[in-house]
Amino acid sequence: MAANSSALTPHMTAQGESRAHAQRGISNPILGMILFIVSEVMFFAGLFAAYFNVRLNATQWPPFVNEAAFQPFQIHHEIVLPAILTTILVLSSVTMQLGVSAIRRGDRTGFLRNTGITLVLGLTFLIGQVYDYTQLGFGITDTAFGSTFYTLTGFHGAHVLGGAIMLSVVLYRGMAGQFSAKHHDAVEATSIYWHFVDVVWIALFSTLYLL
Amino acid sequence: MATTALRPAATYRTGLYEWLTTTDHKKIGILYTFNSLILFLIGGIFALAVRTELAQPGLQFMTEATYNQMFTMHASVMIFWVVIPFLAGFGNYLVPLMIGAPDMAFPRINALSFWLLPLSAMIALLGFPLGGAASAGWTSYSPLVQAKFSTGPGTDLWIVALTLVGTSSILGAINFLVTIFKMRAPGMTLFRMPVFVWTILVTSVLVLMGTPVLTSALIMLYIDRNLGGSFFNTALAGGNAILWQNVFWFYSHPAVYIMILPAMGIVSEVIPTFSRKPLFGYKAFVFATAGIGALGFSVWAHHMFTTGSVYLPFFSLMTFLIAVPTGVKMFNWVATMFRGKIRFTTAMLYAVGFLSLFLIGGINGAFLASVPVDYHVHATYFIVAHIHYVLFGGSIMGIFAGLYYWWPKMFGRKLNEGLGKIHFVGIFIGMNLTFFPMHLMGISGMPRRIADYSATAGWNDLNLLATIGGFTIAASMLPFLWNVFITLRGGEPAGDDPWEGNTLEWATSSPPPPYNFDHLPPIRSERPVFDRRHANDVPSLTAGH
Repeated sequence: MAANSSALTPHMTAQGESRAHAQRGISNPILGMILFIVSEVMFFAGLFAAYFNVRLNATQWPPFVNEAAFQPFQIHHEIVLPAILTTILVLSSVTMQLGVSAIRRGDRTGFLRNTGITLVLGLTFLIGQVYDYTQLGFGITDTAFGSTFYTLTGFHGAHVLGGAIMLSVVLYRGMAGQFSAKHHDAVEATSIYWHFVDVVWIALFSTLYLL
Repeated sequence: MATTALRPAATYRTGLYEWLTTTDHKKIGILYTFNSLILFLIGGIFALAVRTELAQPGLQFMTEATYNQMFTMHASVMIFWVVIPFLAGFGNYLVPLMIGAPDMAFPRINALSFWLLPLSAMIALLGFPLGGAASAGWTSYSPLVQAKFSTGPGTDLWIVALTLVGTSSILGAINFLVTIFKMRAPGMTLFRMPVFVWTILVTSVLVLMGTPVLTSALIMLYIDRNLGGSFFNTALAGGNAILWQNVFWFYSHPAVYIMILPAMGIVSEVIPTFSRKPLFGYKAFVFATAGIGALGFSVWAHHMFTTGSVYLPFFSLMTFLIAVPTGVKMFNWVATMFRGKIRFTTAMLYAVGFLSLFLIGGINGAFLASVPVDYHVHATYFIVAHIHYVLFGGSIMGIFAGLYYWWPKMFGRKLNEGLGKIHFVGIFIGMNLTFFPMHLMGISGMPRRIADYSATAGWNDLNLLATIGGFTIAASMLPFLWNVFITLRGGEPAGDDPWEGNTLEWATSSPPPPYNFDHLPPIRSERPVFDRRHANDVPSLTAGH
């Protein structure tokens, strides 16, 4: 405890200077979030690499559920609901950015409204995704296609859930009045993460349903 | 408690609660060090089990199943819970001190990075009481690793544990990068940073880009084993066993640079100090480090030459190219020592030991980059010899150089030099006795990962020699442990700057106060403490005031 209290004593010029030094440019939490997203990109790169690997090695894509019955996955025919979900997620990125712009201006009401809408849109996406899972006629055990499809979309869904939790925290802290035009690193970091989750979904949607 | 604020050294004895809840990078660094040392001993016991079984042909001490667990857990523990976190621990302790910062950028995330380590180690080791630890080798190739062949909970626990270690590494890397980019003291430009900080920077980039790919591979493997997925499972439609090797080595080759670059950084701090010269070619060294990091991502398939599914000329050429920046560094170190006023402290002995052993590991690595040679010695003991010359002769020697060098800073007491030199001689002789014969075994065809071998294959004497060497290494750890014990109870007081160091950590007390620096010396070169010590020697140096 002595360590903690003395760590807070501001009597070192060097520390004060380095703190002033750190205020220039991008802030620590935002740089941390950007670096974290670099690692997330590499994580999804691994999963995408697996997807393209099995796809390029397959004789037929999407492959047959059961070779005897010749019933290929009709993933391209199931595109309506995913397209709606894509629109919802892209819209949520727009509202997220509106929220960030609002708090940059110091408009707390606009920030809270837009963050709330973003959260609702995100949760709608998740519910739609789970519903979509129940409608698809195949599971994770159905060939490498099923494995890659559910792993990619499942981990994306988990990231949406993570983003929704971050949004809830931001919303809670925002309602407690903790953010202002000058002090809102958590909002900026959350918005970067949310945009990243959106971009991953666009890549996923294009790869799985369109390509 | 009242006196602790006056005597910073005493804050290191404020009890268990303080250690369990600390967010001080120095205490976390020390926790990393001791956690890694304990796991070094555990991983060493696994290695001794392997060497004991191999001392003579025939199965004397364990079943083949137990043997498989021993070598799998030896490699896993040494790589993921010893070398990587040991070096990350040095980074934790030293990076903020070396750049003149009060702490890491995210102290609480730093604590999380540490506490994931003992947790994940326990999860991995839990396999032993639960019916068998992971046993498919640390590379866990399919189909051997699939549920059909690797039964029991060991492999799944291993997957979970490695995912947690990876999370710890990624969080640590983010923390290092933000600290290095955002927390440097005024005057500490990038090209005035100590070389060790540079190596941590490049290592962190490798972790950030490589480790998540391993995480994705582990998750796919978990899905294969437990949810009926068919990523790597060739028994199911679309499964591809080579895919695992590609994704796994995309991380695990950069991982060997994660394990060697900070050790190179340690050696690059030790050699200039004890040669009383600046590091020869500082910028060349920095660019060589960055070059190794960049090339490190384009050589992973040299582990897969014999699969027949990789483009051999490209990966062979890139692997040979790695030798160029490595050679630049070797030249830097030797040129630093050339005509230096060398003091052979224990730390310096370990640094020179690093140079000689890593040179052998580098040269036999260049042999392996050659496709025809690799075809001949792939998966033989030649590979085992190579990996131990770079990871034991390189990383572990570097780690011990760092321990003897920075121990006085961490604890305010010097490790005993006499015991340290006995430790060094024992480990150096034992290391060569163990691993040099493995070259010969490999060339004469002894496969790795076998519990038994034919008595007439001609490998008996070499194996016995390697086992004697293994026990020599183990015995040499005893004077080290005794040294640690007596030093913690009261060794020779070190003072702020026992070695006449160059970098900022020597400008504060030993151990440093929780906030690191009362005041910093002016930083006008990569050796601010040297500049301060000799500020009045040459009049022109003081002209800047």
